[in-house]
Amino acid sequence: MFLSRTKKGAISFRPVITFNRWMTGRPAPTKAKIGLRNRPALGSLADSSLDMPMRRRTFLVSLATWLVGTTSLTRARMIHGHAPWSPYPNSAPELVRPGPWQFFTLDEARAMEAIVDRIIPPDPETPGGKDAGCAVFIDRQLKGPYGASQNLYTLGPFTKGTKEQGPQSELTPGELYRKGLAALNKHCTSTHGGKSFVELSPTEQDDVLRKIEAGEIKFEGVDAQGFFSALLKDVPEGFFSDPIHGGNRDMVGWKMIGFPGIRYDYRDWVSRHNERYPLPPVSIAGRSDWTPAKS
Amino acid sequence: MVRKLPRKDVVIIGLGWTGSIMAYELADAGLDVIAIERGPWRNTATDYPPGYAADELRYRIRHELFLSPSQTTFTFRNKMSQTALPIRSWGAFMPPNGVGGGGVHWNAETWRFLPSDFVLKTHLTERYGASFLPEDMTIQDWGVTYDELEPHYDRFEYLCGTSGQAGNIKGTIMEGGNPFEGPRSRPYPNPPQDQPFSHTLFGKAARDLGYKPFPQPSGNMSRPYQNPLGVRLGPCTYCGFCEWFGCGNYSKASPQTTILPVLVRKPNFSARDNSEVVRIDLDSSGKRAAGVTFVDAAGEEWEQPADLVVLSAYTIFNVQLLLLSGIGKAYDPAANTGVIGRNFTHQTTSDVVSFFDPAKFVFNPFIASGAIGMCIDEFNGDNFDHGPHGFVGGGYVGQVQTNGRPIETTPVPEGTPLWGAQWKKAVKENYQSALKPGTGVHGSMYSYRDVYVDLDPTYKDRFNRPLARITMDFHDNEIKQNKFLTDKFAEIFQAMGAKHVQKEYRKAPYDITKYQTTHLCGGAIMGSDPNTSALNRYLQSWDVPNLFVMGASAFPQNAGYNPTGTVAALAYWAADAIRSKYLKNPGQLINA
Repeated sequence: MFLSRTKKGAISFRPVITFNRWMTGRPAPTKAKIGLRNRPALGSLADSSLDMPMRRRTFLVSLATWLVGTTSLTRARMIHGHAPWSPYPNSAPELVRPGPWQFFTLDEARAMEAIVDRIIPPDPETPGGKDAGCAVFIDRQLKGPYGASQNLYTLGPFTKGTKEQGPQSELTPGELYRKGLAALNKHCTSTHGGKSFVELSPTEQDDVLRKIEAGEIKFEGVDAQGFFSALLKDVPEGFFSDPIHGGNRDMVGWKMIGFPGIRYDYRDWVSRHNERYPLPPVSIAGRSDWTPAKS
Repeated sequence: MVRKLPRKDVVIIGLGWTGSIMAYELADAGLDVIAIERGPWRNTATDYPPGYAADELRYRIRHELFLSPSQTTFTFRNKMSQTALPIRSWGAFMPPNGVGGGGVHWNAETWRFLPSDFVLKTHLTERYGASFLPEDMTIQDWGVTYDELEPHYDRFEYLCGTSGQAGNIKGTIMEGGNPFEGPRSRPYPNPPQDQPFSHTLFGKAARDLGYKPFPQPSGNMSRPYQNPLGVRLGPCTYCGFCEWFGCGNYSKASPQTTILPVLVRKPNFSARDNSEVVRIDLDSSGKRAAGVTFVDAAGEEWEQPADLVVLSAYTIFNVQLLLLSGIGKAYDPAANTGVIGRNFTHQTTSDVVSFFDPAKFVFNPFIASGAIGMCIDEFNGDNFDHGPHGFVGGGYVGQVQTNGRPIETTPVPEGTPLWGAQWKKAVKENYQSALKPGTGVHGSMYSYRDVYVDLDPTYKDRFNRPLARITMDFHDNEIKQNKFLTDKFAEIFQAMGAKHVQKEYRKAPYDITKYQTTHLCGGAIMGSDPNTSALNRYLQSWDVPNLFVMGASAFPQNAGYNPTGTVAALAYWAADAIRSKYLKNPGQLINA
């Protein structure tokens, strides 16, 4: 009944969906009286088809560029009579797998593994950032949309504003890490007799990082404190985010604090006050001890 | 080449809570309705399946459910003398995207405003005298009263299956509820949610201090529920992934879990997704809307003629679209003329983080829901005498355990290093025994002459349209209010036995990078005078009578509550006016 004029191929109507278990099957209590099209229009609307100013064309300026960066799955659809159900339209999560570095060079990766172990050092009970996979996590994040500021507003002009106006840097996180790591290395070799960051002792490494944090060490061509702020945000994310993203290996971050992860139904525990929840954590990928070991 | 679609009775811009409510009500009245939504369609089952929806990195940190700033953003400055710069990644608030809008990712805190909130200017002037108010404060009455909205609040609460304890039924104060609330016609449809340990401690300490704590009204189901439209919701499992997330468990009220399943089957309703309305078209008189123009995801431009236009996008997009369409006079703060962009407000929230003895307290902070909470309302609105304090406004305060998600919620005492062994040790020691309320102090922000929205002169969106520009700062009144509330809130945690209480006041200047809430309000406000409001009491445009504008953009100032209950009640109220008055005589409902 409705003349759909969406772009050719954009619509694929599927059979009427079956709603989930919480839906009743009973028909909608509609009182709709169809056929009101024949009724006089609301109000007076004589001239709606008047030609509009040319300025509407300007909306399309830069649209083409924008579309390049948009997923090809994004389509405008006409929805009528049922919900446009399709499986996992939001896409299932991607599981980060071990393997070669995707963003970092080998030297950068070594420096990163040293850094993440200073930001989250190992202790007798819990591994540090390196063994928890924080560098791998950041590597995969920088390789993905985050590293390229893909979804952010990146149009100019770029002006440094007030603190309250938020970051206005032209650098993407990927560029910030690349430049930051190079500058760190340059700083260390020039101040520590040719030794790179990874060759310093943990105490010396801490000292360098502390001075960057305090603004006592400045980098050439990149904001050293800005680089350190990114580390302080990204490393704990790698330690505490779901292991599917490459960090928090074996859920060590979650085990350290007693976070049970996802999927638990706590209805039986919400009223058990001041009692520690006893079950081990579980991730989006499940839990390794649920999978029988291969003999 | 713009292509023209067949005329509809009604076109709705944005399919969130208010768009869904209006679409349902107007389709139910027999009108042929189309909704046009910028983002994608979203299904509860397939867009956020419980198996992977609880991904803190993906949804909370990377903002997957929200509008991406590459699509459009805003510029921001504190003062009119500054140059506004673009918000390049979201901070202080989170614009929603897609069908369901903010109703997908909200916590479901479902409050009603106080009766005095709707007549704020009159009430405060009568009680304290006009000179008690700051000179540049521009608060106004709404033009609608609590009593008029009550049936519509009630309808929304029953649509959502709100869990709560009534405090005032038809004037009778109910034990255990909020004694300050306006009279309600009947109890909540569901009992309150179960309360974790920290909430019961908070409730006891608050009672000992002489307050009347009550469970926060919650759109998270305390039991299985079937709403009046026949849609069923499941009981909340207290999983702790609510705000910023879609609930794949059908336990949180959203347009998807309450209204869309019925709406979408109506033969006289249709929707277009991934299509952005770029303009409300006016006829040659400039006094009537002819329909809307939108661009679909393929970049095709379409004209959708309609007899009635309902603008129901997110607050600031409503304001922007009115400005871009040339509807109503743009606000000019220097001349103090014009209405579109005027009385823009946000929120004044703050945190109190408290640290308890890990050997004695285990809070299991991950056992949580978005709106579960124990609150007091003694310091909201005008529930207390402001005379001695030198400010107006207020908010509720409460222990609202919304999550133990470890990237976001691993508090450490102030003075702890931000990294290294000491930081790691402090995170480990305090995770189970620290309290960082999800809501904390939820305070009002009143309106001022120099806080407003207009169009940015420099920065453009992907369609080459000017971005909306926010000029906003905190004023002394709000800073005083926040200090007062934060101190009162902290006293309760001290009484609970915290060994260290950390007060994190909201301070000026307003900071666009610090998340508060997504409760932007105002900019296209309702009222009784066309010189100081964009809409009449039925949310009908004074300038274009076949245009109704929904949402918190209509709030003349922000009250100390979450806005969704009031936003929805106003949508039902406007829909009722359209059905009972406008359709019989489609013109201005109020003669000004």
